[in-house]
Amino acid sequence: MKKFDKDRLLLAIAGPLLALVSAFVLTMIVLAATGINPIEPLRIMVENGGYEDVQILIVNQAGTYYLAALAVAIGFRMNLFNIGVDGQYRLAAMISALVGTAVTLPGPLHILVIVVVAMLTGAFWSGIAGVLKAKRGVSEVVSTIMLNAIATSLIAWLILPKNLGVQVEGSNDLTTGEIAESGWFPAVSMGDSGEIYGFTFIAFALGVVYWFVLNRTRFGFDLRASGASESAAAASGVDSKKMIITAMLISGAVAGLSGMPVLLGETHTYNLGFPVGVGFTGITIALLGRNSPIGIFFAALLMAFIDKASAGLDTEGYAREIGTIMKGLIVIAVVVSYELIRRYGIRRQQQKVGEELAAGHAMKTEKEAAA
Amino acid sequence: MRRITRIATVGIASAALALSATACGGKKSSDAAASPSESGGQKSAAIAYDIGGRGDQSFNDAAYAGLKKAETDLKIKGAEAEPTDGEGEADKVQRLTELARKGNNPVIGVGFAYAPAIKKVAPKFPNTTFGIIDDTSVTGPNVANMVFNEEQGSYLAGVAAAKASKTGTVGFIGGVEVPLIKKFEAGFAQGVKDTNPNAKVLSAYLTQPPNFDGFAKPDLGKAAAQGQLDAGADVIYAAAGLAGSGAIEAASTKGKWAIGVDSDQYNQAGLAKYKDSILTSVTKDVSDSVFNLIKSVEDGKPTTGEIRYGLDKDGVGLADSNPKYKEMTDLIAAVEKAKADIIAKKITVKTAP
Repeated sequence: MKKFDKDRLLLAIAGPLLALVSAFVLTMIVLAATGINPIEPLRIMVENGGYEDVQILIVNQAGTYYLAALAVAIGFRMNLFNIGVDGQYRLAAMISALVGTAVTLPGPLHILVIVVVAMLTGAFWSGIAGVLKAKRGVSEVVSTIMLNAIATSLIAWLILPKNLGVQVEGSNDLTTGEIAESGWFPAVSMGDSGEIYGFTFIAFALGVVYWFVLNRTRFGFDLRASGASESAAAASGVDSKKMIITAMLISGAVAGLSGMPVLLGETHTYNLGFPVGVGFTGITIALLGRNSPIGIFFAALLMAFIDKASAGLDTEGYAREIGTIMKGLIVIAVVVSYELIRRYGIRRQQQKVGEELAAGHAMKTEKEAAA
Repeated sequence: MRRITRIATVGIASAALALSATACGGKKSSDAAASPSESGGQKSAAIAYDIGGRGDQSFNDAAYAGLKKAETDLKIKGAEAEPTDGEGEADKVQRLTELARKGNNPVIGVGFAYAPAIKKVAPKFPNTTFGIIDDTSVTGPNVANMVFNEEQGSYLAGVAAAKASKTGTVGFIGGVEVPLIKKFEAGFAQGVKDTNPNAKVLSAYLTQPPNFDGFAKPDLGKAAAQGQLDAGADVIYAAAGLAGSGAIEAASTKGKWAIGVDSDQYNQAGLAKYKDSILTSVTKDVSDSVFNLIKSVEDGKPTTGEIRYGLDKDGVGLADSNPKYKEMTDLIAAVEKAKADIIAKKITVKTAP
């Protein structure tokens, strides 16, 4: 078994830490430069984060973000950039809501059907990009972005009342109808402050599955190998085309799941107000969390915190867009600081190897001298 | 060893989650400023904005004007809250709950998107009146639904556009293709056709739901308007919230007419540069509906149920602030006639194109 490397762990933590600290400092500089008190908004955000109802919002949001980020991370591990998580997530939520409304089954089975439909829809949508990449060499970046736009139009068309949507009398909203109560996922009630969606726990549990599959199975090894070097993986017998399609399918299936906490726990319908942009935040989170299930967990909590804690800023007289600025700066800081840390790590490794070689040489010369 | 460490961290992470969820003392965001004591017993009312927020020169600003009027006339304290991009129902529930817990009464959700949230929150605060604009699907003993006959106002805009147009081509720009905005389109197109059967109505929607940028991004409105102007339109009616200001800018730059929406946009400070080109605006008296509801609560007789604002009550209508509009007597006569006919139910305006 490999020896536990303390330095490696330290370096792994240093990257995100450096990114976060510099992002917060930059935010304060931006605030100060625009003539706003740089400390007060942050203080309010921390204070907001201390309230129970806001914490519940944060945990629930983090569950959704966690799934979206896992979906992105699976792609990243294989050098695939699935920007289409947002489209896969929305389409999956909508189709599974439709199916969930159409069928009525006993409790767990009903939920299972909805979840499976969501995974299949997400996988189907990302699979298109996977097949295009494997068979025709189409860049998945381009195809997934386009599939996002197509998903938007497709949903807008499907949800029209003349097609599959429902417009409740007197409402200006369009929905897919309401899922029967047997299809609602049980939630953990936190009393007066709200409830934590039950699916949030499944989301975090999937992190363990993700870790296991990637690090303890042959498939995970093949995936990481293809990501590290496609040609080397091919030489060792990995079918790269099959890997691309499989990775995209799994990524899409997980993306499909990311709509489940809200659908099964809150809205029980897909309507015009269903949250958007989850997939894009997922990209930031996967980057910040360095594709590790634990890193993503904390990154998801952080992003959810910025979202929810900044929402109350406007009632205190500050622009809530401060949260958006902060998120943007984190992305930039992450890219820069990870590169810096990587270079530092390489330099340090070279130094260490050099020292060891020198020491070995010294030992040899001592031996020679003794002889 | 490495495996154990990883598993341990996963364990710690989930424990941290459980802790953050349970052991946080039960303090709620509304506990911080329990307002009745702090504000010295002064009554307060709250509005929660729709996408675009305050400063959209249109729908949300109309609601804000109502709150502002209540602040000066009724000496109450106004509270406001804005949505974040891409937020979900839970955020709206939390926002309304917080506003209600802080003692605001009434709490008004500006826009139909608040309907599911009000459905959940209203029963928990039976002594607070909840108002919702543009929706009658949520009902309750403490819910007031304020709805407007947008199609009637838009019909008049259609009449005005057909009369003012020289090319016989007019444009309609909808923010997001949702049923509400289709009411605007239906009324407008009908008004144009009834006035000039040969006129052409170009229709464009800026975005499809769930992308609500079409209510928020002026550049989209500007681009769509430029397209319609190039196609020969010389009057453009934009029902697109903040994005509509882009359409007004485009029409103004080309020296063509624009028709505003929701607020009397001729008088909006943010559009002062283009106001000479704003022929008229289809007003939707969100401002008065907000004010009336606050007043009814202050008077101790809170209104509930459906409150419909149509042409007959001047809940919708055309603004005549532009002096150039007042000069067009022929146009005004046609508009007045159409208005009388609608009130007398001689004309029924369609609500869907």
